[in-house]
Amino acid sequence: MHVATDLEVREGVDRETVETVANMGSYKYGWNTDIEMEYAPKGVNEDIVKLISSKNEEPEWMTEWRLQAFQRWEGMEKPDWALLKVPAIDFQDQYYYARPKSMEVKPKSLDEVDPKLLATYEKLGIPLKEQMILAGVEGAEDYDPSQRQVAVDAVFDSVSVGTTFKDKLAEAGVIFCSISEAIKEHPELVKKYLGTVVPQSDNFYATLNSAVFSDGSFVYVPPGVRCPMELSTYFRINAENTGQFERTLIIADKGSYVSYLEGCTAPKRDTAQLHAAVVEIIIEEDAEVKYSTVQNWFPGDEDGKGGIYNFVTKRADCRGDRAKVMWTQVETGSAITWKYPSCILRGEESQGEFYSIAIANNYQQADTGTKMVHLGKNTKSRIVSKGISAGKAQNTYRGLVSMHPKAKNSRNYTQCDSLLIGSECGAHTVPYIEVKNNSSRVEHEATTSKVDDDQLFYCRARGMDEEEAVALVVNGFCKEVLQALPMEFAMEAQSLVAISLEGSVG
Amino acid sequence: MAVLQQKRDAAAARLDALTVATGDFTAAARSDALARVQAQGLPARRDEYWRWTNPAALNAVAPSPAAGSDAGDEFAAFDRIKLVFVDGVFDAAASDDLSQAGIELLSAAGNADIHWAGAIYGTLEKAGQTPVDRPFAALNTATATEGVLIRVTGKAPKPVHLQYIHSSDHSDPILHHIVKLEEGAELTLLESGTPGARFNVVTEVCLSKDAKFNHIRVQGAEQDRQALTHIFTRVAEGAAFKSFTMTMNGVLTRNECVIDIIGDDAVAHVAGAALGDGKTEPFHHDDTVFITHGALRGESRQVFKKVLKNGANGIFQGKILVKEGAQKTDGYQISQSLLLDDDSQFLAKPELEIYADDVVCSHGSTTGSIDQTAMFYLRSRGVPVEDATAMLVLSFMADAVDEIEDEALRDDILSRLEAWLSRHRS
Repeated sequence: MHVATDLEVREGVDRETVETVANMGSYKYGWNTDIEMEYAPKGVNEDIVKLISSKNEEPEWMTEWRLQAFQRWEGMEKPDWALLKVPAIDFQDQYYYARPKSMEVKPKSLDEVDPKLLATYEKLGIPLKEQMILAGVEGAEDYDPSQRQVAVDAVFDSVSVGTTFKDKLAEAGVIFCSISEAIKEHPELVKKYLGTVVPQSDNFYATLNSAVFSDGSFVYVPPGVRCPMELSTYFRINAENTGQFERTLIIADKGSYVSYLEGCTAPKRDTAQLHAAVVEIIIEEDAEVKYSTVQNWFPGDEDGKGGIYNFVTKRADCRGDRAKVMWTQVETGSAITWKYPSCILRGEESQGEFYSIAIANNYQQADTGTKMVHLGKNTKSRIVSKGISAGKAQNTYRGLVSMHPKAKNSRNYTQCDSLLIGSECGAHTVPYIEVKNNSSRVEHEATTSKVDDDQLFYCRARGMDEEEAVALVVNGFCKEVLQALPMEFAMEAQSLVAISLEGSVG
Repeated sequence: MAVLQQKRDAAAARLDALTVATGDFTAAARSDALARVQAQGLPARRDEYWRWTNPAALNAVAPSPAAGSDAGDEFAAFDRIKLVFVDGVFDAAASDDLSQAGIELLSAAGNADIHWAGAIYGTLEKAGQTPVDRPFAALNTATATEGVLIRVTGKAPKPVHLQYIHSSDHSDPILHHIVKLEEGAELTLLESGTPGARFNVVTEVCLSKDAKFNHIRVQGAEQDRQALTHIFTRVAEGAAFKSFTMTMNGVLTRNECVIDIIGDDAVAHVAGAALGDGKTEPFHHDDTVFITHGALRGESRQVFKKVLKNGANGIFQGKILVKEGAQKTDGYQISQSLLLDDDSQFLAKPELEIYADDVVCSHGSTTGSIDQTAMFYLRSRGVPVEDATAMLVLSFMADAVDEIEDEALRDDILSRLEAWLSRHRS
């Protein structure tokens, strides 16, 4: 029998995990849909902003709002503080609006949607049918179907192609539609909330988004309503040289609850594409929102060619007392990720949680983390971040925990762990901690390591063989985050991360 | 670019009031450093590296006045070689005889191209300018007026003690020390007192193979002085650098420590204990540490503890950079603050930047008030609240003080902590 030495065990981990991560390189969603598209002229200027607004048949106040943002954007500079090498982006050399020709007249129901588009989503495992669950999820049939319904809003390049379960949601009083529709149908809500969490001039990319966002999702959950099913948006970039700028606005009114899932993919292309989204979440008294993302944009090829540049601003505002928000993200795709889903804990006893797994391989670069801004008394937050770097990738956790003087008796616990696989990658941690009162408690821990020898030893001393021990240790590395995901996503994420290392040694 | 111009203007204004010495072995390094600070400019409020400490008081051409005081000989109980600086000027009469000790003064070193310190002066400072600008250190190299040059071969028989006395309300000394430990050499360096109303001290420490350097610093108890110090060190194979700083009071203190581990199996420990009471005057204390691991099996530790009350500000910016190939690095960092009241604050940025895979690096940071369970335990056993507070603060500080290897020095520092606590009971 072959007895592996410690060194071999560790090399075994590397091999297996590298293979697993490398297999992600055979990007499953890299095909493209051959469909006739309609583009706005390349570049961005006031006319393009007006054009996008008119394509969406927006009221004048919305056009004005966009133009204001555009004027501000022109005077802004790109942020350079992240640990990222961002190649020059020519903002005038790409399309800001692309929609399938067949979407010129908005389909009234899903039956009228171009079969090619429906087939696209079918192939992605997101059938736009009002069926019980997302197809392709193994083991899902074991669950009670009525419990596992998911309503989907599907965004294809610049437009939303359809939203499922609208009627059923309407019965419960929940509004779930594309944001372009919401601007027309529910202007009072959009006017009241849009830009109140991420202001027009928040940052370079958010401001650009405010000017040129083409579509996105809108959710309103009325007071006291527990959303009867999970809501989901699926973003697909298909057209070449096109940036996707979507805007999501979620409002959870007093005492309501909603769980929201977001997925994204794009075809393999040689040239990089820009994705700059804004997500705003407003959570009133006693309401709760869970927002989960599996980000699987095309990461570029093994030589770092192509891929999506993902510059995203996501922020949740816990306005009411006892409001709760939970961000969960699995970041596996994108050539560049610049993303900091944040929580403003304004209401007393409000809570924010952030769970993240970020995997970077080949030439991928990720600079991601969160901000927890504690403003109200007795607020709580928790951050769990797991970064895995392989190949020549750079992976950075960047976060802020801020306890304002009035946020008495607040708590934060932060844990960020990094795992390095291979000697050419990097793992970095840049936390900012600001504590301005003494009744609050802030704890921060971070570690960077290979697979821990002590843990391996512990397992092996208790009779496990090398394989089991390694599998257990590496599996455990991501578990806290995987467990925070809703069932569908946990499955998808697990297969993406595939950290399970059965049969790894020897 | 307007910001950069303002920064450069600030540097020009400061440099106008200073002299760049010429004609001795430091001349080339000085003119090089002068160009550096002119190009960098002085820090601006929005510089990331000065995010939590306002550099205005350090940028000002003239220092804000601070009443002079002499803390006395703080290491009188120890057998050592004492050098006294009054407002940054060497006081030969009050100092021990240096001729036997192999210690020279920067101002007296003269013009000798072969001077051993010529190869070090400004070199470590310059290397420490990436990736972050440290313009005050460059300014120091260019314009320093005084300092000690210590070169040790073998084990130094006694510690060297730099005792600073602050006499004039307007003194603004710029001191530049150089320490070189040859292969296998050992030295303990003690520093105490306040060099001036405002001061800028740079210490370059060059450690050869297997050298051992211990540094214990007690920063003066004067409230209104403004302190800026930099330690730049280069640690060769098997060498050990250990530095501990205790700070009590001070309107403004910024201690930077830049450690470059270039040899395998080297060790670097840096620790700090700061006690701040903002009752009569503000207290602002900033520890900024940057450790670079560039060799195999390096070990670094950062242990920083702060006790803050009456609106005191504590800052910690610590970074561990592990370069590609620096395998088996063990980097540890902890920064903790105890806020004794609601007005004080602690701001921290504990960073890791790691480019090697077989390493163990960790950092931890906690902030909070005194543990009420521990307090209850003590009080239920009849300990008055103030004594109980003092006991808990001391135990909190212990981790940092324990970093001092020498038992007698450790006890000495502990007794100072106790004395401070009894002076600042309410």
